[in-house]
Amino acid sequence: MVLGKVTGSIVSTIKHGCYANKKLMLVKPISPDGKEKKGVMVAVDTVGAGKDEIVLVASEGKGAAELLHFSCQMPLRSIIIAIVDAIDIEKK
Amino acid sequence: MRYGEVIGKIWATQKDKQLGGLKLYVIQPLDESQKSIGRPLIAVDTINASDGDRVFWVTGGEATLAFKNRRIPSDATIVGFVDRLDV
Repeated sequence: MVLGKVTGSIVSTIKHGCYANKKLMLVKPISPDGKEKKGVMVAVDTVGAGKDEIVLVASEGKGAAELLHFSCQMPLRSIIIAIVDAIDIEKK
Repeated sequence: MRYGEVIGKIWATQKDKQLGGLKLYVIQPLDESQKSIGRPLIAVDTINASDGDRVFWVTGGEATLAFKNRRIPSDATIVGFVDRLDV
């Protein structure tokens, strides 16, 4: 899973059936110390994340879709599965 | 999934038969401020996109699942148009 910051949402009327009535958010990957990384990803929101919130995105493999009992025949990969309240890292 | 713009098309007569009848587009990934980021890639179209359209696509193993009745040999499949970005 990766950490990300929600930077916005996507409005899409014409899309694959599996995305029907699912909220699509734009998420910028961040490192644990909060620094923004390059690029942005599109993720299905399942926890009601809002703009500028730090979230956890499951984006590796079918596990993510099956974990959320989406049928595994779905071309869908990045899913917001948690809103992060705090990150605690011991500086080495 | 990723976000980007359709910038071109690929024709290939000699190809895997599972790709028969499918369009192959060249896509340029974009970031949240619509700037190009990273290298263009080729993706299978499933929504009848065309040049200049803003789309999102799925990569990896899930890209083969875009069709109910068959698995296409693709690691990037366009699965939706982006009408608007609320950033």
